[in-house]
Amino acid sequence: MAQPQSDSVARDILVDIRDVHFSRGDRPILKGITLPIRRGSVTAIMGGSGCGKTTLLNLIGGQIKPNSGTIRVDGVSVPDLSTRELFELRKRMALLFQTGALFTDLTVFENVAFPIREHTRLPEPILRKVVLMKLETVGLRGARDLMPSELSGGMARRVALARAIAFEPLIIMYDEPFTGLDPISKGVIGKLIRELNQSLGITSIVVSHDVAETCSISDYAYLMGDGRVMGEGTPAEVQKTKSEHVRQFMDGLPDGPVPYQYPAAPYLEDLMRWNGR
Amino acid sequence: MERALETIARLGRTFLAAIERLGRATFFLYEVVIATRPLARRFFLVMQQVYAVGVLTLLIILVSGLFVGMVLGLQGYNTLVKFGSEQTLGLLVALSLVRELGPVVTALLFAGRAGSALTAEIGLMKATEQLAGMEMMAVNPITRVIAPRFLGGILAMPLLAALFSAIGVLGGHLVGVGLLGVDAGAFWSQMQGSVDFYDDIVNGVIKSVVFGVVCTWIAVFEGYDAVPTSEGVARATNRTVVYSSLSVLALDFILTALMLGEI
Ligand SMILES: Nc1ncnc2c1ncn2[C@@H]1O[C@H](COP(=O)(O)OP(=O)(O)OP(=O)(O)O)[C@@H](O)[C@H]1O
Ligand SMILES: [Mg+2]
Repeated sequence: MAQPQSDSVARDILVDIRDVHFSRGDRPILKGITLPIRRGSVTAIMGGSGCGKTTLLNLIGGQIKPNSGTIRVDGVSVPDLSTRELFELRKRMALLFQTGALFTDLTVFENVAFPIREHTRLPEPILRKVVLMKLETVGLRGARDLMPSELSGGMARRVALARAIAFEPLIIMYDEPFTGLDPISKGVIGKLIRELNQSLGITSIVVSHDVAETCSISDYAYLMGDGRVMGEGTPAEVQKTKSEHVRQFMDGLPDGPVPYQYPAAPYLEDLMRWNGR
Repeated sequence: MERALETIARLGRTFLAAIERLGRATFFLYEVVIATRPLARRFFLVMQQVYAVGVLTLLIILVSGLFVGMVLGLQGYNTLVKFGSEQTLGLLVALSLVRELGPVVTALLFAGRAGSALTAEIGLMKATEQLAGMEMMAVNPITRVIAPRFLGGILAMPLLAALFSAIGVLGGHLVGVGLLGVDAGAFWSQMQGSVDFYDDIVNGVIKSVVFGVVCTWIAVFEGYDAVPTSEGVARATNRTVVYSSLSVLALDFILTALMLGEI
């Protein structure tokens, strides 16, 4: 299954997405996207709502398979893995869901302990130390006995982060880590992403439409649109490009090359039809 | 003409969709059964579920059992007294409960209370991405979430049915002996003498195990297969109750016929 790449540049690429196509039913979502991610970097993937960012993360995590193209993580082709091999890979890969996805019937402590209990047989006193260390990292050691329903959105995301770093993964994928947070919480999460990247060397993929916050913490940024990469470069470069598409997104213009409307029949024609839907 | 064709086509589609769903449910059952093996080492997960089902259903089972037993006592006495054989009331109450009412009513109550809760719980875990999150942590949700609930339901059902029958007999005693003046000695000795261990008790237990498998299977499948939205979960919960109840009643007829050897 593993086919190590030969040249040294390729070895520097941890997640290699090449010419990937993916469609839901007849509707193409990704149309030949190529998006290499360097080992040890914080890479931002930005793009409008519904452009397929979450889909891309699901492809990297092996939850769905592409129609064509290659997806390699650490030299291993993800769609070709057996279930068991995929589970082995996932122990080194964390995905922070847009919604947090904490287990609602477990306390904060038990949520963070969950993956450790499932995959190891640490004695209880050591387990407790490990969990408290993870919670300390995200500043929520004091919240260990709360239930997820008692947490604010920002706290829930930090707990999910503590759970994700239980095994010091190779990669963390953050799906919209900033949405719905106040500026202070955004700053806290941003700082955590940066710190985890620096202290543990975790490669981070940050998917977001929060341009300012994301650019401030990332080393490299991709801009997605229409199922492809529309622009890339360091955050400074991206912010300076002249491409209309990129400009529209970075400046937050409502209409431009990216249409405001979901594809539909012409407006007038639609209104004048007298029956059907 | 075109109308008729359209109707036939729609009928066919509905039928095919139902068959397809049954196929999916069967594959799912197979997966779940395979996934119960690793639970031998972590049996506390199953016991947690037996406990959860017990907490949900115990009270309603006990109260219903008591009333059903009391009604049996009243009705039975009224019929038996016409033939002067009211002393056999204990036997009638015990047989009705152990062979029929215990397993069947328990299963119906189970479907309405524990089954629907199971579907809603699993459906919501799916809707809030908890199951997907588990998969991303390299934990198989079928092993960790579904299989313990499946086994827990199967274990709980016969226990609950036994409790139902026991308290029902007490209810019958309360009415027959306490209110209507049946001789207490006759009540118990008739029961002791004529209730057969294999023909009555074991057959009753077999019934409730079968009902346990079917009700829990339907409940976990509907939850796992639910459309991951609030409406989807509500519909799935509804389906659990309807399908479980119908299956229990139909299966009860088949099982009874087989056990009595009439077919
Ligand atoms: N389960 C699904 N079934 C069918 N279509 C889906 C499904 N999930 C997503 N889609 C479609 O795929 C497209 C991409 O969805 P995706 O969730 O990847 O977008 P996104 O870029 O993450 O958007 P957002 O920023 O709003 O989270 C959307 O247009 C959506 O309609
Ligand atoms: Mg998304």
